[in-house]
Order: sequence, then C-alpha cells, then structure tokens
Amino acid sequence: MAEAVELKAIGTRPVRPDGVDKVTGRANFGADMALPGMVHAKILRSPHAHARIKTVDVSKALQLDGVHAAISGKDLPQEGANDLSVNILARDKALYHGHAVAAVAARTPDIAERALELIHVEYEPLSPVLSIDDAIADGATLVNENMYTNGDRSLAPSNVAAKQSFERGDVEKGFAEADVIVENAYRVPTAHQGYIEPHACVATINEGGRATVWCSTQGQFDVRSMTAGVLNKKVSDIKVIPSEIGGGFGGKTTIYLEPIAVKLSEISGRPVKMVMNREEVFRATGPTSATLCRIRVGAKNDGTITAATAWLAYEAGAFAGAPVGPGCMSVLAPYNLENFRIEGLDVLVNKPKVAAYRAPGAPQSMHAMECTVDEVARKIGMDPIDLRLKNAADEGTVAPYGPRFPAIGLVECLKAAKKHPNYVNKPDDGVGRGVAVGFWFNIGMQSSAEVRIAENGGVTIMEGNPDIGGSRASMCLMAAETLGVPYETINAHVGDTEATGFCNVTGGSRTTFATGLAVVQACEDIIAQCKERAALTWDLDVEQVDWQDGRAVPKPGVNADVQPLSLADIARSAGRTGGPLLGRASLNAQGPGASFSVNWTDVVLDRDTGKVDVLAFTAVQDAGRAIHPAYVEGQMQGGAVQGLGWALNEEYIYDQQGVMENAGFLDYRVPVASDMPMIECQIVEVPNPSHPYGVRGVGETPIVAPLAATSNAVRDLLGFRINDLPLSPPRVLEAIEENA
Amino acid sequence: MAKVVFPDHLLSHTNGERELEVDCNSFRSLVQALNRRWPGIDEVLEKTAVAIDGQIYQDAWLEKIGPQSEVFFMQRIEGG
Amino acid sequence: MMSKIHVSTTVNGQPEEALCEAQQSLLDLLRDELGLTGTKEGCGTGDCGACTVLLDGRLVCSCLVLGAEAQGKEVTTIEGIADADGLHVVQQKFLEHAALQCGICTPGFIVAAKALLDKNPDPDETTIRYWLAGNLCRCTGYDKIVRAVQDAAQELAHSS
Repeated sequence: MAEAVELKAIGTRPVRPDGVDKVTGRANFGADMALPGMVHAKILRSPHAHARIKTVDVSKALQLDGVHAAISGKDLPQEGANDLSVNILARDKALYHGHAVAAVAARTPDIAERALELIHVEYEPLSPVLSIDDAIADGATLVNENMYTNGDRSLAPSNVAAKQSFERGDVEKGFAEADVIVENAYRVPTAHQGYIEPHACVATINEGGRATVWCSTQGQFDVRSMTAGVLNKKVSDIKVIPSEIGGGFGGKTTIYLEPIAVKLSEISGRPVKMVMNREEVFRATGPTSATLCRIRVGAKNDGTITAATAWLAYEAGAFAGAPVGPGCMSVLAPYNLENFRIEGLDVLVNKPKVAAYRAPGAPQSMHAMECTVDEVARKIGMDPIDLRLKNAADEGTVAPYGPRFPAIGLVECLKAAKKHPNYVNKPDDGVGRGVAVGFWFNIGMQSSAEVRIAENGGVTIMEGNPDIGGSRASMCLMAAETLGVPYETINAHVGDTEATGFCNVTGGSRTTFATGLAVVQACEDIIAQCKERAALTWDLDVEQVDWQDGRAVPKPGVNADVQPLSLADIARSAGRTGGPLLGRASLNAQGPGASFSVNWTDVVLDRDTGKVDVLAFTAVQDAGRAIHPAYVEGQMQGGAVQGLGWALNEEYIYDQQGVMENAGFLDYRVPVASDMPMIECQIVEVPNPSHPYGVRGVGETPIVAPLAATSNAVRDLLGFRINDLPLSPPRVLEAIEENA
Repeated sequence: MAKVVFPDHLLSHTNGERELEVDCNSFRSLVQALNRRWPGIDEVLEKTAVAIDGQIYQDAWLEKIGPQSEVFFMQRIEGG
Repeated sequence: MMSKIHVSTTVNGQPEEALCEAQQSLLDLLRDELGLTGTKEGCGTGDCGACTVLLDGRLVCSCLVLGAEAQGKEVTTIEGIADADGLHVVQQKFLEHAALQCGICTPGFIVAAKALLDKNPDPDETTIRYWLAGNLCRCTGYDKIVRAVQDAAQELAHSS
C-alpha cells in the first residue's frame, strides 16, 4: 500500500513522547507506586533445591507487632492449581532453591522480613536433580513423580516432560554424499534476562471482591487472566494498571507476586506492596534454559550441506515448558536442507521455572548449529558467509518446521554483510573474527487501538502494550504517516485493562507489527469519518472526497469551490457534524514476517588471564521497514550486547546442593560500558507484505547470532574450539592450558 | 485438494498419518473435515499454529484455503 | 522499637527534614520519606548504579549510603538535573540519541554523565565508558548512551 507513496514520518528519528518523563525521573515504574494505608509484603523462600514440605506454621509470625497477614501455599485455591500457582507458592514440595513457601504483610518491609524468621517450615530434603545428564539418566530422582513424557502414562514417570522430533528426506543418504562431516556437542548455561527493574506490584481488593493491581509487566491483560486463574476469581473482577516497565526481555510475561499481594490484601484489608530484591530475581524468576545440543552437519566440498541432525535438550526448571519447541524449529531455519532430523527434549531439573527470554530457545540451538557450520567452512576452506549463501533459505524455501517462507531477507543480509567495509577489511594479526546468522519467527496475535481526536486536532492513541523500548514513538510515527499530521501533535497512551481494548503481551517482537497495525487501522477509521464530515460540510458525496496530507479535499475533477479541511478544522466542528472523532480497530494480526540477521565480531585474547575482549561487532538485520530507525538500532545493539554477555560471562553457577552461588550483579556479570565497543548496525529492509508499512518484528533476532559469532571468533584466534559457553576467563584459560 | 501436513507431535492424533489431501475451501471447513476423520482433533488443533501457503497463523479461523494450498500445522510460537 | 533519627539535609538545593530508621538507606530516605522516586533501585548492593546520586558533589550509590549520613550534606538527584530553563543538555542528548529504551537505568546514567562532564568537559570514548562502568543498562548495549554523552560534551564545549 504505502510502497508507492513517499514516506514522511516513518523512518525519521523524533524524540519519544514519554522521553522527558524518563530523563527527569518523573516516569513511574513498578516500585514507585504507593497508596495510603499500604503495607509491605515479603516472601519466605525454600533453602533447599528439592524437599518435601511437611508443615508450614505462620502463627508466630502473625503475633509480631505490625504484622497484618501471613499465608502459605494452602491459602491459595487448591482445586485445579496449575504450575503457575504452584510456582507462586509451593504446595507439598519445594522444587528449587528460592521457591516461595510463605508470605507476610506488615507495616514496614523490615517488620515483614523479621516476621519471615518466625515462620516454621518443616522440610524433608530430597536429592536435587541439577543437570540434563542427571535428569535423563536411568534411575534419576524424579522432580515430579507425576510427570510422564508427552503425557504417556504407559511409560514410567520421567524427568523428560516432552519429546519431539521432525525429519525430512534421507539423512543417512545425505551424510553418505558428504565430503566432510562435523559433529559436536555444545553446552549453553542458564542465563537471566537481567532487566534492571526487579518485579514489583501493589494490590488492593475491596469487600465486593474487586481487585486493582499496579505492576510492572509486559502484559497487563495476561496479569489479569493469570491472577484470576490462580485465585479462582473472575477476570472482570481484576483491574490491572501497568506501570512503566524497567526491562523485561520476556521475563515479565508471567507473574510471581500479584496473586500473593491480592490475597494478603484480602486478609489485611490494606493495599499490599511487594518488591523483589535482586537476589530473589535471580533465584526465583526468569531465567532461560541451560542446554545440551548435539549437531552433525555433512557438506560437499563446494559447500552444499547434504544433511544435518540436531539433538537438543533444554532444562525447563522444575516445571515443564522449556522453549525447546522454538529451539527445534529455529536451529536449521536459515538453511535450505533436503535431509535433516531434529529431536528435542524438555527436561525437568530442580532449578527455577524458565521464562521467556528474547527469542526463547533460539540462541542456544542456533549457537550449536552456527558453530558447527563454522567448522564446516574451515574444513572445506570456504568463506563462512559464502557457505551460508550457498545454502541460504529464501522466499519459497520449505522451512524445517514445515511451511514455505514468504519474502525473507536472509540472502539480502548475507550479501550486505559480504560487502560491508567491516567485513571486507580483514582482521589484524592477533585478532579473531567470527560470523553467525540469527533468526526469529516473530508473532502477531491480538491487539486493539483507539485514536481519539481532541477539539484542536490533537491526536491521542490509546493502546495496551507497555512501552519497553520506544513503542509509543513507533505508534505515533505510524499514526502521523497515516493521518498526514505532524508527529508532535500525537501522543500515545498505554491503558489499563479497563481503559483500553485487549492486547496480547509486549513480546514476540509483535508490538510495532500488530499493535502498529491496529493503530494504522484506527487512523484509517478516523480518515473515513473525516471524509464523511467533510462531505457533509461541502454537500458532496463521500466518494467525492479525498484525504491528502492531513486534509480533506475534493477529489480531482469534483467541481466544488471549497477550502480543504484539516483534521483540526474537522475536529473543531465535530459537535455539529456528528460528535467527537473516535477511531477504533481490533484485530488478530497474522503474518508477522520472520527476521534474519548476520553478525560478526572481532575479538582479542589475553592468553595469561583468558580474558576475551570484543574489539568490534557488526549487526546486519532485516527489519522489514524501520519505523523509528534509532529504536531498531537500539534493539540490534541491546540484543547484541546481551548475547555477548551470555557468550562471554553470564551463567548461573550452582553448588552441589543446587544453590545458585552468584545471585547478584557483582558475580552474575552482565556487560558494562567499558566491556563493549560501539555496535555497528546496518538495517536491511525487505518489506513484510502483511503490514501496510512493511514492518517485521525486530526485537528478538538480535540476541541469537552473537553467541556463535563470539565462539567462532575465539575459535579463529585459538585454533581450536571451546564448545561450551560462557567463554569466561577461567574456561578459556583452562582450555589454553589443556591444548598447550 | 489442499495438501495438509502434520508435525510429529500431532501424529498420535492422526493414527500416524503425516500428510493427506483434503477438499476444503476454508480453515473452518478443513478442521471440520479433519474432525470427521479423527473426532476430537479440533480441540488439539485449536492450540496449534498453522502455516497456509507459507504464512503463519496463530489463529487461522477466518482464512480461506485454495485448491493448491499447502497447510502445515505447527507449534505455536511465543516470544520474549 | 528503636526511635527514628532526625535528618536535616539539602536535596536539590532545598532544605529537607526527615525521620529515618537507623538501617534505612539514603535511597529509601529519598524514595519513601521524601517522595523522590526518580532514583531507582536495581540491586540494593551497589552493583547496578540505578540509584546513583551526588552526595556533596561525589557520585555514590544511594543504596550503600545510610539515610542518616545525609545529615548536613547536599544531595543531588535526577529531579535536580533540569532547571527552570529546561532540560540539561545531557538529558536532551539522551532523548535525541534514543539513549534509553525502558528508562529504568536512565536517571542513574544521567546523574553520572553530568558529573563526568562537570569534572571533565572533553572526555574520550574510553573515559566515558569507564566512568559509566558502574551503571548497568540491559537494553541499549551502551552505544547510544556513549554517543549521547559525547554529543553533550561537544554541545557544552560550543556553548561555553
């Protein structure tokens, strides 16, 4: 639609509408909410990674001065209690170290903390299951005695919650045709999303049973439905007001606190505030799966990949649901393959229940594949980008997970990378370079938007997706483009569950695509109404009226001696032409359009300490169309650095009892400014045919390729490969010593 | 006849049948036809995504299916 | 129960009086007693820098300072960076360069970056990166933050 039209607003880089509040400290985040009479709640957490809970006695805690309420798992509805509920408050077993067991609300956070010490819990410790190898071994301790693989009760209970596989062609024949075969196993450790804002909420419930929850979330509607589900309440009895959100990366698509806060409010009659500390965030929220991935790739000497197999095991934490499905579906996605087999295992261990993390499942499996492909390129002496071009998926390629790709931008990204000056210039001696490609499906799903026109023509967008990275600006740009009015006259508001129509979460890289589509359609609704109002004013038929540059004008050839009517003109007289201008759209967006990337990085190594330093990093990614290029670059740069952190340092370190030993930002070391170079970005635009402006989701793909790009760069330097991440100084040093 | 393909995790609902051709003109009529063949599969398919001619749908209820269409059922994708 | 401590301090140029508990941090004093919630808590252990403020001109993590230590001192928080003339150039450049995504770390970065430019008006990239190494940002990858600070330094140089 917009292809032939010159874009005016889209592609510019204006200041975001919520910007001033965020640089002056005015913006309110989860922990910034306070209500009169509010009390503070804290959570007692299991000191064992695996234990039967025999009794929980909160009576002494209730006797402490200033304590208003105390609950344990038995105070939540038991019937139909799902994994979410059992994760929020343990019932008969503590399933990981830090699993919530009881909660106390008190006048101050300090009193609540002291009250926790008065809660008596009798545990029967069990041996914890702490790795994939232990979990799938014969005779393994069961995390969940009622877990049967794929629900098949004809088999014995197992820590493997689910198995899946898909296969195409003749794998054995494919390997037989190969000139070279590379096979390797790779481990990627547990990593946390690491949002800087800990989870926080305030909840209050009245005597009529209606609850209001303020919280930091990626999806207020999901908080509403999840909280209702855990508390066995009606969805319509819960109102959720999203605060500004201090990062989520998938980790705030689920809930941990809200039902506890509502329950404590119900008992105490007070608003209840809960704020996690950083240690709780590490021990009991997020993270994403640790994985063990075995990959085998066969190729001819000309680079044609003849066969590939992938065996992928993902830790789910203590409840089923590792992102192994998308891991399986993405692992070979960049390649046009005739023969492959993919198997995936969802494995229970006594660790926190994994939550979505940016392109959930893809970084781990694609790390394994992209490292293996790098080895193939080395063996046959081919440029790694050329090898990928030789096998690249393109429009019409049948994706490994079944469907044919529509227009995708992988080949365009690879070609752009090949001629990028940062790639053309070869690294100096002592500098290693690694290349990898990334991929994410992206999602569409349901969104609603309203566009409201003030009497002076000012535009307010009302939508329901918490703005996690500048999405208000994207909405305003798409509205400016569609309506033909200046960006500065538009504001975007993220509504609560009662102020705005339903929207699925801010996640899956869907907001700019799906909610953006709703905003565009709501603006088109406004334009249709404006044309009607103008036709009415001019005594013309609506078919005789056009909308151009933000004004109603008679169509060419229509004989009418009238002045164009701007949005402001029409808004001013809206009272006499039918009332306020209000545009609406609700939809279930389809065809989000996959986004591919190519990343490469140059690294140096201190052989005495094992420390790897990143000298340069370049990201090329297909954005479909960059609505606000600075925020697209921001996604690419932020994802790159998260990926580099995971590649180089980030990991959950457990002791033998299953206690995380580095539950703080000092020891779980995310990248800091002095660790990183500038991250160079090239946005490729292969428009998504399913969006009027060609938008693809861009937020998740950027974290996928940096893991393997880094591994491959270190491999380039060392002359041998370290299969496991992170490439932290101790691991690199040990590998150097072993290979000396 | 549209070509319909099931992934591994649905084969237990299709007696192991991976691929078949179905005479249908919409996703709704496809699901009805499949449900006549394997009663109860509609509930499983409701939780599944589908790709019709390369385009992935989380909910394809309203989509048309042409005589040459390729229909792949697949896992739903969530995101971060 | 212990009695509270009376603290007289100056925050963003205004005299303030507050009662705080002995173990209460400056961060909690600012947020909970004085209602200045622009200063954020990301870790409570001095590792993330979201709670960065100036205490008598020195950058500190306010989560590691006791509220009682603010007695007789001058505190500058994010709320004190803009003035009657509008945003400080560092704030303006953060906006222009899209140097924030979620915005939770932004107050700490701006307080720290302004302190850098007050001390060293012409820092090179490495200096900026090391100065800001105590402030974690999980969204931006730091690129646009560093560029915003570089641009702010340039603009300050031209305007002085």
